[in-house]
Amino acid sequence: MSKVIVTADLCKQCGYCERHCPKEAISFSSDFNANGFKYAVVDDDKCIACGMCYTTCPDGVFEITQ
Amino acid sequence: MAKMKYPEQIVANIPFCPGCGHGIIVRLMVECVNELGYSDKIVMHQAVGCCSLVGLGLDWEMLVGAHGGGGANATGLKRMLKDTALVIAYQGDGDAYNIGLAETLNAAYRNENITVIAVNNTNFGMTGGQMSWTTLPGQRTTTSVDGRDSKTSGMPIKVPELIANSFDTAYVARGTVTSPAEIRKTKGFIKQGLQNQIDGKGHSLIEILSPCPTNWHSNPITDSLDRIEKELIPFYYPIGELKVKGE
Repeated sequence: MSKVIVTADLCKQCGYCERHCPKEAISFSSDFNANGFKYAVVDDDKCIACGMCYTTCPDGVFEITQ
Repeated sequence: MAKMKYPEQIVANIPFCPGCGHGIIVRLMVECVNELGYSDKIVMHQAVGCCSLVGLGLDWEMLVGAHGGGGANATGLKRMLKDTALVIAYQGDGDAYNIGLAETLNAAYRNENITVIAVNNTNFGMTGGQMSWTTLPGQRTTTSVDGRDSKTSGMPIKVPELIANSFDTAYVARGTVTSPAEIRKTKGFIKQGLQNQIDGKGHSLIEILSPCPTNWHSNPITDSLDRIEKELIPFYYPIGELKVKGE
């Protein structure tokens, strides 16, 4: 199970998670979600489940599972 | 690291603009109320403006009143409900500091036992970014196209300082949402404001500086947060606790 569950359809591509991720584990997809935004994608190998993305996300995209 | 899950009270995606600080602030409010054990004993006065969008996704008891009526309506709610529920007046700067300035100041003057959360994005966001009293000198808006001229329209109003220095209220603080550290500090301010209400200490005002990438015509990642950190906080709106009663 991945450390972070990303609900892609909630993402609005503001980029706050990418800016504040200490491990640079977050990038944006090449395809689009239901609202027409490129959504956040988490690299599980780099992710340390620190929760910075959850803290800064305005739209509840992220759920930290461990 | 503990598990982190979005609060279940936010049932749908609230349609704020990408990069709007409101989404973070709503989550902080819900988390604070849940942690204080008042998740089913909460009434929010929802102001007119971008704050109105909260009702589309947040499953709380809410009252929507006339534009600017937050201070007065929250007073009525709190006097009716007494200790049975928390009352939050969730307002923007246009609502609390421009149109509802009289209500905001009078609620603080009476030291009503309510918690006011005012989101300051230095313009009237919902109507398309008009100049408000909190707009910075030189800032371009749709009604100050050459930048705000402070010779004719005055300097930005600082209502938290006004209330902290003039009235006998319980708590005044200003936070922001530019970084995880600041978000956690802001959550502490909101929680303190709600705790004051539970303890019956009186009026708490928490102003939160929020990015508005749509009406600032800026990139959310870089320009908006940098503008708050480099322009708003150092020159006009210092953050931190401005007043704690008893200190």
